[in-house]
Amino acid sequence: MSASSATAPRSASPPQPGEAILDVDHLHVAFQTPDGPVIAVEDVSLTVRKGEFLSIIGPSGCGKSTVFNVVGGLLTEHEGRVSVAGETIVGPHPSIGMVFQEESTFPWRTVIDNVAFPLELTGMPKAQRLERARHFIEMVGLQGFERRYPGELSGGMRQRVSLARTLASEPKILLMDEPFAALDEQTRLLLGDKVLQIQQELQQTTLLITHNITEAVQMSDRILVMTYRPGKAKRIVEIDLPRPRTSEIVGSEAFGRYVAQIWADLREEASRGLTDDETSRNRGSAS
Amino acid sequence: MSKASRGPNALAFAVGIGCLVVFLLVMEALIQFGFVNRFIIPPPSEVAMSFERVIVEEDILHRFLLTATECLTAGVMLTVFGVIGGVLLHRFKLLQQACETWIAAAASAPVVLMYPLFLVIFGRSAWTIIMIGFVAALPPVILKTLEGLSDTRRVLVNVGKSFNLTPMQSFWKILFPAALPTIFVGIRLGLIFALINIVGVEFLINFGGLGQLINELAERYDLAGTYAAICFVILVSVVFFMSLERIERWLRPAH
Repeated sequence: MSASSATAPRSASPPQPGEAILDVDHLHVAFQTPDGPVIAVEDVSLTVRKGEFLSIIGPSGCGKSTVFNVVGGLLTEHEGRVSVAGETIVGPHPSIGMVFQEESTFPWRTVIDNVAFPLELTGMPKAQRLERARHFIEMVGLQGFERRYPGELSGGMRQRVSLARTLASEPKILLMDEPFAALDEQTRLLLGDKVLQIQQELQQTTLLITHNITEAVQMSDRILVMTYRPGKAKRIVEIDLPRPRTSEIVGSEAFGRYVAQIWADLREEASRGLTDDETSRNRGSAS
Repeated sequence: MSKASRGPNALAFAVGIGCLVVFLLVMEALIQFGFVNRFIIPPPSEVAMSFERVIVEEDILHRFLLTATECLTAGVMLTVFGVIGGVLLHRFKLLQQACETWIAAAASAPVVLMYPLFLVIFGRSAWTIIMIGFVAALPPVILKTLEGLSDTRRVLVNVGKSFNLTPMQSFWKILFPAALPTIFVGIRLGLIFALINIVGVEFLINFGGLGQLINELAERYDLAGTYAAICFVILVSVVFFMSLERIERWLRPAH
């Protein structure tokens, strides 16, 4: 099933506002397992427009992270085409900045050195890159913590360091895989605010992978709902909530309607996932 | 370092010294009251009294420096070759599959018993002692380097990939710093193995250094002097471990 909402351009010219910048076309990923091949993602198509915030939501095991790895260029064995501004992705692409689900700061570097990491790779002079890094540290609200090591920070602060480090590489597309999954609900909502604020400030094209409906509705312009294994695009939901948004929007009636609508879609898939898990466990304990 | 973190460190140091003093007092009492034979273990007070004699009469500074130099040479060699060996095993999976078990087995081999072979190859020189120390201590450094590199969290490697790092950049900027704490565990283990073997071979071939002094004092049945000389071996170990800790803190301050 295809959930593409715009026709992807094939030219390599710089994208215009509202123009498609990321195009996933009939993506199909299968893994070999001892029990035979498992289809993780089946025929998923989507288009992300410049400046848009698009979320992919689905139950555990629906292949969301596989899509993340393919778009990020970390997984290259797949069928279908993934392109950035018309250029096919064959590995990690400089236009895509990735924020990972797991804690990914470098523990041996201070906050400022972590954030300056991508700038260091470009050969930017030290004074200049530290200045730039400070700008992004301020953006994520970590001023005053520049000389701290990640081990001295909370989980939420470490995720902000990762976000600032990715933003410092000035990616055209910010790709995030459940970046707040390990955080408590309050921190998650407040960090969501921060991401929204940054996204609006930079007009940052963002693709968020999540299993959290509240998070997806709070931040997105559109949400792609995926089915349980094999992961297919079930539906795209347009989120017509006013911007700028903050976490206060979660109390609104319209927000609640969107959450209920997406949960109705997801519930069936999540139930299938649960049943599948139980069957596998029973089979495992019987053998 | 902040005052808050200095406090517990100073306390830990004081408790450590306190434990040592209590242990020595207990040993002194056990020996003085005849619960432990003083002809097997001399009282700590006698050992303390013998320090001056050992230092003045036994050319301790020269012996200390010889053992320390042999240990340093073996330490530098095992760090260089051990880390390179671990990196090669990590880089070439076939090599790792072929050799890892053998290297692990070699870690527990009593290399010191092969000293006649080393004597034939290197002659009755400091190199025989250094090479035995080096060969005996190499496996833990190789294995710990391999472990450190292999256990680097996948997500950190993926961060490097997402920034389009070259394999060389990925190694120096991510894999190596991530593996450093484990590599240092290997070097510490290696230094322990090296020091044991170096002093052991000095003892066996009567070439020089603290091992030879321990042998001579033991043959004279100067037990207090023997234990005093052993304290100098411990001092070599302490010097190396403190230096290593400083190097590690310099290389990876956040550890």
